[in-house]
Amino acid sequence: MLTEKVIEVKEVWKSFKTVQAVMGISLNISKGQFVAILGPNGAGKTTLVEMIEGIQKPDKGEITIMGKHWKGHQDELHRIIGLALQETRLIDKLRVTETLQLFASFFNIGKQRINEIIEIVGLEEKRKSYVVNLSGGQKQRLALGIALINSPAILLLDEPTTGLDPNARREIWEILQGLKNKSETSMILTTHYMEEAERLCDYVIIMDNGVILREGTTVQLLQEYRNLDDLFVSLTGRRIYE
Amino acid sequence: MSKLLRLNQLWLLTLSLFREILREPGVLFWGILFPILMTLGLGLAFSKKADVIRKVAVISDSLAPDKDSANLHYFLDKKCEQSLPVDKDDYNWKFEIRDEKLGNSVFLFYPMDWDKSMVLLKRGTINLILKESEGKTEYHFDPLNSDAELTYMKLSGIIGDGEVLPEGKASEIRPLTLSGTRYIDFLVPGLITMGVMMSSMWGISYGIIEKRSKKLLRRLVATPMKKSHFLMALITVRVTMNFIEALVLLLFALITFNMTIQGDISAMVLMFLAGNFAFAGIAVFVSSHTSNTEVGNGLINFVVMPMMVLSGIFFSYHNFPDWSIPVIQKFPLTMLTDGIRSIFNEGAGYQEVAIPILTLTATGALFFGIGLKIFKWH
Ligand SMILES: Nc1ncnc2c1ncn2[C@@H]1O[C@H](COP(=O)(O)OP(=O)(O)OP(=O)(O)O)[C@@H](O)[C@H]1O
Ligand SMILES: [Mg+2]
Repeated sequence: MLTEKVIEVKEVWKSFKTVQAVMGISLNISKGQFVAILGPNGAGKTTLVEMIEGIQKPDKGEITIMGKHWKGHQDELHRIIGLALQETRLIDKLRVTETLQLFASFFNIGKQRINEIIEIVGLEEKRKSYVVNLSGGQKQRLALGIALINSPAILLLDEPTTGLDPNARREIWEILQGLKNKSETSMILTTHYMEEAERLCDYVIIMDNGVILREGTTVQLLQEYRNLDDLFVSLTGRRIYE
Repeated sequence: MSKLLRLNQLWLLTLSLFREILREPGVLFWGILFPILMTLGLGLAFSKKADVIRKVAVISDSLAPDKDSANLHYFLDKKCEQSLPVDKDDYNWKFEIRDEKLGNSVFLFYPMDWDKSMVLLKRGTINLILKESEGKTEYHFDPLNSDAELTYMKLSGIIGDGEVLPEGKASEIRPLTLSGTRYIDFLVPGLITMGVMMSSMWGISYGIIEKRSKKLLRRLVATPMKKSHFLMALITVRVTMNFIEALVLLLFALITFNMTIQGDISAMVLMFLAGNFAFAGIAVFVSSHTSNTEVGNGLINFVVMPMMVLSGIFFSYHNFPDWSIPVIQKFPLTMLTDGIRSIFNEGAGYQEVAIPILTLTATGALFFGIGLKIFKWH
């Protein structure tokens, strides 16, 4: 039996004025799969993910989610997707619970789930804090909490751990690990950190300059190379961050 | 059922945006206290006449040596209060006109040479120069400066050709202090409508642009949130705030300055809502595209500034050239201000303000419609 295709991207192109951000990328993601998109700054990761999120429209190519195109299925798809953008600032003077409550209301979700989420992302102590007063790591956890609020079938996270210290990063990894063990959620995560991809994801896509340089299961790639850093150097001749 | 849930969404959006505003400590001051202080300040400045003090230069070497009863020297020496200057910049002579109805005028005369008087004239310290020439008093001043002209009128009334004339018959003057004709009656409706424009434009436009630049709009529309609910919530919050601000200012003015609303209060409320709607529409239109707060600043000022100056908030626009008046009267702020003022001071009702109400509503709907068509959420 075929594994169920959750996300299907076919030959997708996207350009901005003078920049070709994404050039003919295809990928398939099946149920329960965690996929990492690795690449340096400007590789086109955000552009690709935002096209999958329906925020940007591809110039060419086709994207389907659960077999449905974005056009005409917006509301339906929004309900099954959870996402965290690369940089979003929420309403500064809203408390953590109030922020979750607001997003919950868009999905018609009640109080109980809000408490669950606060527990999952470990913000019990910060329930009453204003968003503006949260630390960087706490803000990222709140963003993740918002992404999880509708118990999404598909989770799209754009650099959820960038800028965090190793501890804060590990906290987020644990949350995601827990999710992987407990649910059938599929996830795409973009990152600069090889370790993040190695630890969390079953499948790795290495991108640069709008194209896929290499992809494969984590196990497979790690058999060929000692670690993903080495793979990246051998592909591009440079390290992922300079 | 689903309708009810949607209402819950709208309610939570509204509540969140309310909290965002109310938790900002500056809001209370700038939204409520500041307009009151402004009213109080301007109201007092224009309701009680303070002594008018005018400094006048006297060209000392032009004064005739003998004090003939008809010359300037005689007037200064005999009719004015002498003062021995301690400092060389002090006045030498002082003359006061006491007048209960018009307020007191005090003239201070400073002897100096022509060059010095020119310097002081340029600085605006003095605006009139007295010089004696062949037994006649000459008044030198800029005829375009109405304050200088007033000083001249008053002084020439007392100095004349040297002799001091009796004071004007004060009994002929009837100061207008009827409610509805004072400056404060003119000012308060203007402050209220200006507040509506300013806080709609800054609150709604800037709010949208800032949320777009923070990528919050993009995050919100990646959920099943109804886009119209977001805008409805934003506008509801702003109109409510405007209403509270206007009400506080109004009550303050009614009590402190004994103002009265002479016309139809329900018409005034409707007019107020129409004005809010017009500016909310314009605000959405202005903020429909940009995600750059600096550009937003410029755009908002571009809309707000001309109306601030031209729409007759602080002073009547009838002082502008005739050809411009029909244009000015079509500005939304002018329409709103004139409407509210006429209800306030002239006892107008629905009949008089029906057209402006409809025009403002249509303006709001038009801009709102276009704004939504071109609105960028990302
Ligand atoms: N809105 C835009 N307008 C113009 N150029 C853009 C726009 N968005 C992205 N680009 C360009 O497209 C290319 C890919 O950008 P993208 O944000 O997808 O990279 P990324 O892989 O997410 O990088 P990072 O790791 O820094 O987040 C870059 O060269 C970027 O400058
Ligand atoms: Mg990115």
